[in-house]
Amino acid sequence: MTLELNETLQNVVDGLSEKFTDSLIDVYQSSGDTFIRIAPQVNVNVCQYLKKEHHFIYLADVFGTDRFTSEDRFELVYNLVSMRDQQRIFVKAWLPEENPEIESVTGIWESANWFERQTYDMFGIRFTNHPDMRRIYMPEDFEYFPMRKEFPLLGIPGSIDLPSTTPDTE
Amino acid sequence: MGLESALGDGYMTSKVDSLVNWARSNAAWPMPMGLACCAIEMMAFAGPKYDASRFGSEVMRFSPRQSDVMIVAGWVNYKMAHAIRRIWDQMPDPKWCIAMGACASTGGMHRCYGVVQGCDNFLPVDAYVSGCPPRPDALLHALMKIQDKIRTEHSVMLDT
Repeated sequence: MTLELNETLQNVVDGLSEKFTDSLIDVYQSSGDTFIRIAPQVNVNVCQYLKKEHHFIYLADVFGTDRFTSEDRFELVYNLVSMRDQQRIFVKAWLPEENPEIESVTGIWESANWFERQTYDMFGIRFTNHPDMRRIYMPEDFEYFPMRKEFPLLGIPGSIDLPSTTPDTE
Repeated sequence: MGLESALGDGYMTSKVDSLVNWARSNAAWPMPMGLACCAIEMMAFAGPKYDASRFGSEVMRFSPRQSDVMIVAGWVNYKMAHAIRRIWDQMPDPKWCIAMGACASTGGMHRCYGVVQGCDNFLPVDAYVSGCPPRPDALLHALMKIQDKIRTEHSVMLDT
């Protein structure tokens, strides 16, 4: 597939393939957006580089997807925006099903804090060096990760407690 | 002025029950539990056009200690259920509950793991209002049904 990159994004891709030759796995475009897949070990370095050298100072979102494949089941996506150049780029990393873990980017963008907590809450992807790695939506003692494909839509019956309807007789 | 001039020197008899029920049913102060878009319709219900004060229910107190009717307006998730039950337990008896809209009654379109499928799973609901969201008239209708219910209750018990 041929890439139709404008000047800014071409610079980004060139810079990345020069600096992270071995870790840059894939570059592709879809629906007018540019996606870059990297090895999960270098996510912090790549993000640092994109912020410092290419002015992607705004982390719009971090989210996961469950690809439901036997290998590299989970995908982590960073949605980066450069206000100055009016460009958006998606950085992806694939993670294994067993013990999905990746380093946190909260040191680069403070906003990653809650995004990563939500990704942990929904997919069970753990972020190392995160300042506050707790669930953000579900109760703390909840045992499942609801956005994983094997989780039933209506939940596991009895997995979350309802309040007591006879509080005086506890 | 009013009644006393019509009565003259006479008197009238009644039951304590009917007197108390009359008072209670015309001063059912709501505890607004606005959780979603139904709360907007609940505001219209209290506002001048639909005017809940015609039924003595204009006093939205936001204080469980001064309320009689809890209006659960919107979808209830499991975390919020504990807060709602706590507020309900703080309301003094007698108290009534309206489940407003499809979500509070059955979970509605939120058929998923985080939402309680109907607030009657943890609250004793007296009136269910259909609609998504219901019109303010429908909520007024539920309030009138609650009033009917209050009027037919035995409010005073003989302590023997």
